[in-house]
Amino acid sequence: MVKVEKNEDNSEMNAQGRQMVVPGETIVSGEHFLPGEGAYRDGDEIVAGRFGLADVSDKFVKVIPVSGVYQARRGNSIIATVVDVTFNGWLLDFGGAQNAFLSINEVPKFINKNELREHFDFGDSVACKVWDVKARGIDVSVKMRGYGKIEGGMIVTVNPHKVPRVIGKEGSMVSLIKNATGCNITVGQNGRIWVSGNSIDDEIKTKKIIEFICDNSITHGLTEKVEAFIKTLK
Amino acid sequence: MAEKSKYTKRSDGRKIEELRPIKAEVGIVPSADGSAMYESGNTRAIAVVRGPRTLHPQHMQNPQKGTLRVNYGMMSFSVWDRIKPGPSRRSQEINKVIEWALAPCIDLAEFPNSVVDVFIQIPQADAGTRVAGINAAAMALAHAGIPMKQMASAVAVGKMDKTLVVDVDKEEEDFEEGEGATDIPLCILSRTQEISLLQLDGKISPEELKEVISMGRKACAEILKIQTAALKKAKDVRGIEK
Amino acid sequence: MSGEKIIPNLQKERIIEYIGEKKRFDGRKLDEYREIEVKMGISNNAESSCSVKFGKTEVYAGVKLLPSVPYPDSQDEGTFMTSAELSPMSSEDFDLGPPKIDAIELARIIDRGIRESGFIDFKKLCIKEGEKVWQVFLDIVTINDDGNLMDVAGLAAIIALGNAKMPVYDAETNKVGHELSKTHLPVEKDAMAFSMTFHKIDGTIVVDPTKEEEDISDLRLTVAVADDGKGKPRITAMQKGKEGTVSEKDLAEILDLIEHKWKEMFPKVSKFVWGK
Repeated sequence: MVKVEKNEDNSEMNAQGRQMVVPGETIVSGEHFLPGEGAYRDGDEIVAGRFGLADVSDKFVKVIPVSGVYQARRGNSIIATVVDVTFNGWLLDFGGAQNAFLSINEVPKFINKNELREHFDFGDSVACKVWDVKARGIDVSVKMRGYGKIEGGMIVTVNPHKVPRVIGKEGSMVSLIKNATGCNITVGQNGRIWVSGNSIDDEIKTKKIIEFICDNSITHGLTEKVEAFIKTLK
Repeated sequence: MAEKSKYTKRSDGRKIEELRPIKAEVGIVPSADGSAMYESGNTRAIAVVRGPRTLHPQHMQNPQKGTLRVNYGMMSFSVWDRIKPGPSRRSQEINKVIEWALAPCIDLAEFPNSVVDVFIQIPQADAGTRVAGINAAAMALAHAGIPMKQMASAVAVGKMDKTLVVDVDKEEEDFEEGEGATDIPLCILSRTQEISLLQLDGKISPEELKEVISMGRKACAEILKIQTAALKKAKDVRGIEK
Repeated sequence: MSGEKIIPNLQKERIIEYIGEKKRFDGRKLDEYREIEVKMGISNNAESSCSVKFGKTEVYAGVKLLPSVPYPDSQDEGTFMTSAELSPMSSEDFDLGPPKIDAIELARIIDRGIRESGFIDFKKLCIKEGEKVWQVFLDIVTINDDGNLMDVAGLAAIIALGNAKMPVYDAETNKVGHELSKTHLPVEKDAMAFSMTFHKIDGTIVVDPTKEEEDISDLRLTVAVADDGKGKPRITAMQKGKEGTVSEKDLAEILDLIEHKWKEMFPKVSKFVWGK
């Protein structure tokens, strides 16, 4: 199992007074502010460098993306699909701008170069960790415990920017879903969520709850709403 | 002032600097990374953004930064005289000028070897399709989460005989009296206020052109407000698919 | 985007397993269509145009009419041409460039379904025998692909044709006016056929697949069906697609499905096309 990581962005979005901003819009004015990710300085002003939620904490100003293609970061756990097998590793599609490369050196056991497909074949799903992000693509590893090929269950694909909402505060939302459906849930930060339960019906139920969370992600009291929604499913 | 202009009243009764009624909506194509619709009177554009994604074939890749690729097309039934489907010399030129209009807004340094595809389709045309396309595309690019320093808004200013008007429609485009019609599509960047698209067909004096630009700026400021409001109303961006 | 698309194995297994239990991920029955939504008037410059949605799949269709010359073998009949664009806007699987085989096939299947059913009265589209006839252009553009473009485009096609009006035409000056007349495109209402596409997924037949279902199906069978005049279905065009094959059992099952789905869909389709 991949451990659900604590996420930096697990608080109520609008409750914190974050504003939606469009590119080029002034977020704050003042020399003491510092532009963080997704923001830039123009004279006295800190300006949005992308569409998203403006976050002003202390003097740091950033814009949290709410949309778009997943951008991998070192240390992220993702779920990817094998799309090619090369002589020294596998190419994986993870829904990003490029493919990820899994080298045979990043697998926890010795692999004979003639037997690559016996370990990960075309179409296999792999839970892996991003260990390097380069211009040419990203490198991933399955050396650590909890990573590797995943079998059974289904994959639910969501907007990667909604992943923090699916996880919830310190994993509270995932626990809520697990308790309701009895399914195992592994959240990839690329928006692919592996759901595996006793029956497909349980998995579909989990899928519905996840979809509900994503559709209602920018609202107050999401947890209560999800609890109410779960009741309607019974 | 010498002679009076032969164009005294706009065909649809609009004021000289009045835009046609505008509708804008973000998130219209669920499978896309970003999408938007922009409608000005009877001209409607839809834009879809896919990417950043790997650019094929490989020899077209730029190892220093990502590539912006625009594909503009009018649907066959968008105009009265049916257009043959597929690219034309006109559409290929428009692809390029729209690329140049949008490129200064976006920053693809983080996406070497990748492409951001912008697909623009015009289901219904009543002049000003390239500027409507730019307005839709700018929203779709923002919606797709592409790093952007600023927005882009575009409008076609016209000169009907001696009268300058904002947001030309087809009937005005075809005006033939006096000095006839001059069409000046232009695109203004939201922050720097610089011009990223500028074309002109017809005849105009340098003084008039200055006035055209100033009218264009005012109109684009209005358009920007509508684009901004539509983006902020986009409930979800890439909700659930599959 | 390039080459063969790879679908995660476990997803494929789950869809198959579920369909084996006669259930689908979105809760539909095997023979249940998604919600259908129709919007008329996508372009006010078309003789008729519409948007049709099945769930998240969306297609535009538009009709234009132009005076043209007749074909040598049918001097007193109008002509008909269908084009389809699988726009790269609608799916990451579609590329730029000239129409590929998928788009050509889609256009041809829709063209045949309409032509062979006798839906358009081509004789009435003759302006002057041997010299001038109306040419009917049907253009289809995909907007969002979530599976079953074939049936969505097929419905959009008959809605657009069924609601098209003739442009104003002056026979003496031989000029087409820039407006539409009150006269409808001559269509034979009773001949209307619509297409129903059946997919075989691991031996089970389903209708109206989503994209993820379509991606793993082995066989696609598109059938254009009209009313035989006695309230029974009459098949007017067919096309088998993909590498899968049709067994005797499959065929029996599909024919059964045609009969009962047609009964259910025909009134719905008629309502979409004629408004009642």
